[in-house]
Amino acid sequence: MTKVLLLGRLRDVAGWRERSIDPAPATLSALRDLLTREDAALGEALAGRGVQAAVNKAVTRGDIALNPGDEIAFLPPMSGG
Amino acid sequence: MTVRVQTEAFDAGALLSRFSAGRTGSGAVVSFTGIARDVTGGAAVATLELDAYPGFTEPAIEAMETEARARFEMQDVLIVHRHGPIQPGEAIVFVATAAEHRRAAFEAADYLMDRLKTEAPFWKKETGPDGERWIEPREPDYQDAKRWNRTS
Repeated sequence: MTKVLLLGRLRDVAGWRERSIDPAPATLSALRDLLTREDAALGEALAGRGVQAAVNKAVTRGDIALNPGDEIAFLPPMSGG
Repeated sequence: MTVRVQTEAFDAGALLSRFSAGRTGSGAVVSFTGIARDVTGGAAVATLELDAYPGFTEPAIEAMETEARARFEMQDVLIVHRHGPIQPGEAIVFVATAAEHRRAAFEAADYLMDRLKTEAPFWKKETGPDGERWIEPREPDYQDAKRWNRTS
């Protein structure tokens, strides 16, 4: 199982904030492909400028292998203050 | 603990008083308070809502604090940041720095705010009579943050 979290505007695009995907996709790109097949608008938003992915709360670059139980968060550009 | 991420409203004046109390070794205390506005870019704002990612947001801000301490001759720092719904006029963020001399205190507070504006893991949504809009850093925010790269 993979836990997927959407932050910021991504949650409005998708209409959800958190879900579990079972069985767990083998890689981050497989997860992106799966989400894009289900919801093209979300897929486009995930590929948008400045959107990062975090695996188990660490930002990752490029594609990586996923393990069952991983938590993947998709993060649009951040802004505090 | 000098980084607090909370949903509760806070009193910036009270935070500053507590931060400054008994500080006989600091010649300088600087504070910044960021406040939610009721109009941004000409559009009325009824509520500002900040989304955070618990377990990710706090360590990211703590890393900024660590870098600020390494970079400036700072004696102490306090960062308080709200998330959840925030009404116009309420404080969103509070940063206080203490140093022996003013320059380090000013610069550390300025540096921390530039980093927070462009890198703190929050996502902001404004709601008003015109609907909802997500707010991302503006180009001037990125330019402000880049100022610190020149000497690093």
